[in-house]
Amino acid sequence: MVNATQLKVRGGSRAGSVLVTAVLIAAAAYFVLPLVWVVTATTKTTGQLFGTFGLAFGDSGQFVSNLGQLFSQGDGIYSRWLLNSLLYSGVGAAVATALAAGAGFAFAKYQFRGREAAFSVILGGVLLPATVIALPLYFMLSAVGLTGTYWAMLLPGMVSPFGVYLCRIYASASVPDEVIEAARLDGAGDIRAFTTIATRMMTPALVTVFLFQFVAIWNNYLLPLVMLNDVDTYPVTLGLTLWNGQTQRAPEFFELVVAGSAVSAVLLVIVMVSLQRFWRAGLTSGATKG
Amino acid sequence: MTSTLTRPEVGRATSAARPGRSRKGRGARGPLLILLGPFAVLFVIFFVAPIVYALVQSLFALRSSGLGFGPPTLEFVGVENYVRAFAEGGFAAGLARVLLIALIQVPLMVVGALVLALLLESGRAHWPRFFRVVFFMPYGVPGVIASLLWGFLYIPATSPVLQGLSALGVDLVPLSSDSVLLAIVNIGLWGFAGYNMLVLIAALQAIPAELYEAASIDGASWWHTVRSIQLPLLRPSIVLVTVFTIIGTLQLFVEPLVLRPLTNSINTDFSPNLAAYSEAFAQGNSNLAAAMAVIVAVLAFAISFGFLRLVNRKGERAW
Repeated sequence: MVNATQLKVRGGSRAGSVLVTAVLIAAAAYFVLPLVWVVTATTKTTGQLFGTFGLAFGDSGQFVSNLGQLFSQGDGIYSRWLLNSLLYSGVGAAVATALAAGAGFAFAKYQFRGREAAFSVILGGVLLPATVIALPLYFMLSAVGLTGTYWAMLLPGMVSPFGVYLCRIYASASVPDEVIEAARLDGAGDIRAFTTIATRMMTPALVTVFLFQFVAIWNNYLLPLVMLNDVDTYPVTLGLTLWNGQTQRAPEFFELVVAGSAVSAVLLVIVMVSLQRFWRAGLTSGATKG
Repeated sequence: MTSTLTRPEVGRATSAARPGRSRKGRGARGPLLILLGPFAVLFVIFFVAPIVYALVQSLFALRSSGLGFGPPTLEFVGVENYVRAFAEGGFAAGLARVLLIALIQVPLMVVGALVLALLLESGRAHWPRFFRVVFFMPYGVPGVIASLLWGFLYIPATSPVLQGLSALGVDLVPLSSDSVLLAIVNIGLWGFAGYNMLVLIAALQAIPAELYEAASIDGASWWHTVRSIQLPLLRPSIVLVTVFTIIGTLQLFVEPLVLRPLTNSINTDFSPNLAAYSEAFAQGNSNLAAAMAVIVAVLAFAISFGFLRLVNRKGERAW
């Protein structure tokens, strides 16, 4: 814990401390506003949503009924969307992390021809806007008949160039060469050294790569929008916009959109908050070693 | 468990792990293939191939035969799609629009994230951990949902902020054509400022304590420490945040798509990505859409590399 917090607070800075905290409270109000709003809105009927003060609560009965409606609408399609999101993000991120670990380790520990050139191309992949890929990928996958299937979402999620970048930096900093040498002497081989020892040393980086990719897939919108056409395969983001599109004609869908947004946002916020310390560990290596 | 992996340990491990020259030996080829192969294959399929495919596709166009009989055929047309993309006006306007948004978004994002990070690490803030979590939370909210929520906060019927301001006699219309760009910038800031702040905090915490001690012995003020120690050492991270913010802004898609039904100041070619999407799926012109996708990719590369060159000119490599 050696950092700026060690700076001695100088004389007369009590006022400074109050001022700093006041600024932070104002910022916090800004960041929580949409989340507080959506929770209060979940306690309202559509009529109340458009007819009462934005942050006023409706009543608890309506809250329960909105949530009940959310999960029963369309034979529980919302739960299905949540599970789809979890499947796409979980599987995609897990495979992406495993592949990035291997590739990052290889870049860090092996000399081979074209290594730096290949790494530059991968870095180019980091800089390439994800949405630029989505359209051509749709036409490619539709040529082989994969659009509309789970694979159209799962496979693209398994590649994380940023993960390779992070794993290379981390592996060259934290995995000693002796690990492979010792394994070779034992006759265990390089792969064994990687799977049993190196991956354990790289754990903080791997957790970060997993979280990055999980959030990236979960938040991606253009890819499922172009790839999927069956409501049963939708992730939660796409499902909510489908409902949102129906509000024009059927205002009661507002209750579903609001409750669905609230559940999805609150769920992810809980995940973010509980995993926050893992982000820090990996980011440090990325930010300072980069 | 992860928090034990602090700076000094990483530093020690580095010295032990000088990149191995011994790795060239026989038998390294097999493991290398197993480790690198799977990623390489998927990277080629899902990153390289789509770009190549878009490039090729962008050089062709569907033409109906001279007399209009028979099905249209695919013909090589060279750069015609690119010329058309720019000539039709809407796409070029969209490009200009996202560049303008980037021009507003990047400084606000960098300065905002920087101020939050410096204040949280200044040692003067109460409850820094609590604030850090609160600022980071929106990163987990998908852009679609963030846009939906801000959409409600941008119309007077549902927005407590607009209702409050209106009670004070101030009537704002965030989605009017004058301010719709700012309304979109705000959604980006809300979602990513906390994340970028976390990147900067990580870099701040990696600054060796001796530097602070030296500064405090010299009697440096907080502001002096910020200017002469923290800002210079944060440079690489600030560059990273800037580049990713630029790329993020160029791919603007979800926000205008979701806000569009609420206002008539957003059209189907509001951003290049939106234009490419509607060209491909509403107009059915995938070749023109491919040209648009390629233009966005080239622009993203040009701006990122241009910026990196600019800041790396003094021999300080950012990454």
